[in-house]
Amino acid sequence: MRVFTKNWLVLASGLLIIIITIGAIFAPLLAPYPFDLQDPDRILSPPDMGHIMGTDKLGRDLFSRLIYGSRVSLSIGFFTALSALIIGTLYGAVSGYAGGRLDNFMMRGVDVIYALPDLLLIILITIIIGRGVAGIFLALSIMSWMTIARLIRGEVLRIKEMPYIEAERAIGAGAGRILFYHILPNTLGPLIVTLTFRIPAAILAESTLSFIGLGISPPFASWGTLANDGWTTLRFYPHLIVFPGITIFLTILSFNFIGDWIGDRLDPQRRERRAA
Amino acid sequence: MLYFIIRRLLWGIPVLLAVATITFIIMHIVPGGPFDKEKKLPPEIKANIEAKYHLDRPVYEQYLLYIYGLSRGNLGPSYKYLGRDVSDIIKESLPVSVQLGLLALIISMLLGVSTGIISAIRPGSMVDRISILFAVGGISIPNFVLAALLALIFAHTYKILPPALWEGPRYMILPALSLGLGPAAYIARLTRSSILDVINKDYIRTARAKGLSEPYIMMRHVLKNAIMPVITILGPLTATLVTGSFTIEFIFSIPGMGRFFITAVTNRDYPLIMGVTLVYALLIIIANIIVDLIYVYIDPRIRME
Repeated sequence: MRVFTKNWLVLASGLLIIIITIGAIFAPLLAPYPFDLQDPDRILSPPDMGHIMGTDKLGRDLFSRLIYGSRVSLSIGFFTALSALIIGTLYGAVSGYAGGRLDNFMMRGVDVIYALPDLLLIILITIIIGRGVAGIFLALSIMSWMTIARLIRGEVLRIKEMPYIEAERAIGAGAGRILFYHILPNTLGPLIVTLTFRIPAAILAESTLSFIGLGISPPFASWGTLANDGWTTLRFYPHLIVFPGITIFLTILSFNFIGDWIGDRLDPQRRERRAA
Repeated sequence: MLYFIIRRLLWGIPVLLAVATITFIIMHIVPGGPFDKEKKLPPEIKANIEAKYHLDRPVYEQYLLYIYGLSRGNLGPSYKYLGRDVSDIIKESLPVSVQLGLLALIISMLLGVSTGIISAIRPGSMVDRISILFAVGGISIPNFVLAALLALIFAHTYKILPPALWEGPRYMILPALSLGLGPAAYIARLTRSSILDVINKDYIRTARAKGLSEPYIMMRHVLKNAIMPVITILGPLTATLVTGSFTIEFIFSIPGMGRFFITAVTNRDYPLIMGVTLVYALLIIIANIIVDLIYVYIDPRIRME
């Protein structure tokens, strides 16, 4: 699949993610206007020199709001992936290493949650814990570790039967040492790939929630919230949904390109199979 | 066969019971009742309302009442749509959502599988590359962005399709496309890689050596083996379509279950939330049974125990 390994696509994706990340970190310095500054003379104006992406129905600069919105969207993406990594690794490692009944029980649990629509469960969880940034983050984390748990479990099952683990056991190493020093480091490859795909998945889930009005609540605005604002005025002021939409799309696309690329790098067999 | 289906359906009952119990617990640990948010009601009236909905009873009694009602197909009254039962709302909105879901499913399967085949026939060719690019794009584009784009082009700029509501076939095109194109991209990728896995197998070489025509080999030998992973994702795909219907029904103002679910969440209409959740669980159970049946049909090696 040469399209993916075409380096310039990956390069462009990486560049875009770096730019957006810098924008998110230094938002107050880089945004041309404060995110809540209203310009009463310039309500719903289309893009021009003063406001390169136009303004919304309260006269706020859309470009600045997108930059600030990236703080919410990106941090939710990164931190959800991180907590998915921690929960998933621990769960999968325990399940795979323990084996037998416990393993069976733990994995059936994962199967059940996995079969249910994730957004449905996320919404149900936010009913309990609320819809602040923290609530959304927590709900997404609770629902995003299953793929990683399955992956780690599979790897642990495979690796723990290898001779070098047996040797380690023979010289008297404990379960913790074997797991953390010998098994988990060897799962790193597939783990990184899965992790790269968790970030866009979380960004997508958050923006979808915010779009349907069940996500981040004002005054905070994520990209999804901005897209939601734009939807109501789609017919006459399409710029309000086009720019947030493109931003979300390009960000997710970039992460997917990079995920594919890392996957191909780490697994030459897969690369060959796809290029065949 | 019939025995298998009945057995699987019976297995669904404890699952549904578990889902009902969990949602019931969730709904009852939420601080604040559904009638707290409006302006302050006089205490007598509030007591009356709570008595009507059994909210004055102990929680375990409410739970038993709910499960009892459930066993008779009664999902209780809606808190928000006064005088209407949750079952009535579901009876009206479920067919709409099922229509939308099935249309999207057909679009995604037809488009996805055929694109996958076309690009796997000549891997690395121009056609292949273009379809891969579209597939990655389709996977990355959120369905609400796609919906906005389609509505902007076909409903607002060219005015050939209606931008909202659900009143006939013409109204179904944009929502079904918005919902189905993402999964189609995913299925295209899956089909392509699955075909490429199969195409180098010995039995394909044998079929070629026998002098069978390429299209025949593709349909009879390659596709029949390569389609299994595609069938497998029908289960998860149902879940994807369910969550997709939240956004799509919201966007196009379609009176389906997804939209009722969203308004139910905003209104804290607990019986409606629970009812819709249960129906979703049931849909997914049924989808998985269908997947298993297709499996057995395609691959006789898999036996129904």
